[in-house]
Amino acid sequence: MYDPTVARLTYRALLGRRRALILGALPLLLIGIAVVVRGLAGADDQTASDLLGGLALATMVPIIGVIAGTGAIGPEIDDGSVVYLLSKPVKRPTIIFTKLIVAIAVTMVFSALPTFVAGLILNGNGQQIAVAYTVAALVASIAYAAIFLLLGTVSRHAVVFGLVYALVWEALFGSLVSGARTLSVQQWALAVAQKVAGGEMVRSDVALPTATVLLAVVTVLATWYAGQKLRTLTLAGEE
Amino acid sequence: MTTLQIDHVSRWFGNVVAVNDITMTIGPGVTGLLGPNGAGKSTLINMMGGFLAPSTGTVTLDGQQVWRNESIYQHIGIVPEREAMYDFLTGREFVVANAELHGLGAKAAQKALATVEMEYAQDRKIQTYSKGMRQRVKMASALVHNPSLLLLDEPFNGMDPRQRMQLMDLLRRMGDEGRTVLFSSHILEEVEQLAWHIEVVVAGRHAASGDFRKIRRLMTDRPHRYLVRSSDDRTLAAALIADPSTSGIEVDLAEGALHIQAVDFGRFTTLLPRVARDHGIRLLTVSPSDESLESVFSYLVAA
Repeated sequence: MYDPTVARLTYRALLGRRRALILGALPLLLIGIAVVVRGLAGADDQTASDLLGGLALATMVPIIGVIAGTGAIGPEIDDGSVVYLLSKPVKRPTIIFTKLIVAIAVTMVFSALPTFVAGLILNGNGQQIAVAYTVAALVASIAYAAIFLLLGTVSRHAVVFGLVYALVWEALFGSLVSGARTLSVQQWALAVAQKVAGGEMVRSDVALPTATVLLAVVTVLATWYAGQKLRTLTLAGEE
Repeated sequence: MTTLQIDHVSRWFGNVVAVNDITMTIGPGVTGLLGPNGAGKSTLINMMGGFLAPSTGTVTLDGQQVWRNESIYQHIGIVPEREAMYDFLTGREFVVANAELHGLGAKAAQKALATVEMEYAQDRKIQTYSKGMRQRVKMASALVHNPSLLLLDEPFNGMDPRQRMQLMDLLRRMGDEGRTVLFSSHILEEVEQLAWHIEVVVAGRHAASGDFRKIRRLMTDRPHRYLVRSSDDRTLAAALIADPSTSGIEVDLAEGALHIQAVDFGRFTTLLPRVARDHGIRLLTVSPSDESLESVFSYLVAA
């Protein structure tokens, strides 16, 4: 199911170009803000939770997910170089699964890790807040990578759709319409974080069992469907 | 022996028919797929390579369906027309990756790089390569698993004459070894130099099939219509009609032009400039006026 050559090509494509700069900039920004906030306001659990919830989990994780998920396959399909993967006796679902693993790993490294570091800086993991949001970021990384990898497989405008989903649906609609929150990766991840933190600092609108099931279903379905789409991917000629 | 069978294949995109009920058999040796730009060659090659489903009909390789069959790529090597190819890798890294995807190692990659004579630049990044070098590395990636069928989409596009000769030699060698090699081109000269067998596609239809001489006759031995404007249409018309290569000339006063029907194409093309020069007439326009023949005509100009 996992092909090391496909993984190597995907890592190099993801971390090579300008994409790596964007991937690196957001975590640095988060850590920078954490340092400033800690310096100005001192260690405060509520502030730490607000910043990790509002900036790290609601904004940074989905954006990193969009860049890594769509970037793991979109550019190859766009420029046609995916033909070198497709013209091999390698099962198409294997290609997708491998790219998913890479996208998850990259999203985790560039979002969960800085979330943990920022959490430590903000309040030294008081009330398990840093760990809780890190776990949320790890969980969300899996679902985001799967969703955006599928988007990268089916659409040429994957980045735009991905950002619209991440920023408009999750951030805006989620805060205005309560129903939208049930269908939000962010809320599912928060449900897991709530369990980890235990206290009142981290809250989700979705119950943990529902969240777990939805996370699993979305990840599996998106990956399966991307594999199917890749099997019937049409490479248009230049004509 | 590897035989690619295209059986009543059509492909349409929305209302546009790109390939229209084509049946052909591609056997060992070098076959040229000839047709003007937009004739459906790339669509056909994409279907042969399993990257596009036929709307109707089937494409099979030795009886095995090509579409949605990954295992078929053990036998097929593909050289796509598009340039993009993991430019951030070196040539060697690229070919090694292609070998690994076939379950092979660096040794197979090295052999393929030697075959296309790219060892000297194998450690440079692909983004620094010229068009011809890219083409050769693509070729190496297609040859790495020793395929019995090689599909090349416009492989000579943008190559300089020396690179073109090298690639032709290589393809000829592949054909001599008994592989089935199919390449597409819109240039008659290329096909003439290389192919043992030619398939002609015009406007999505299979226009002709056979050896080169037969095709050439088909293209040339039929009436060609031209629109000619000159400094003295009547004198030109009188001189041309005296020659058996023309069968009819109409002086179109409204258009200020001659409509000429030529029956012997080869003779007419040398006659027209000679007659004009002998009579001191300036030729202002010479163009094929039969739309459907225009594309076919362009080959003859290229040749």
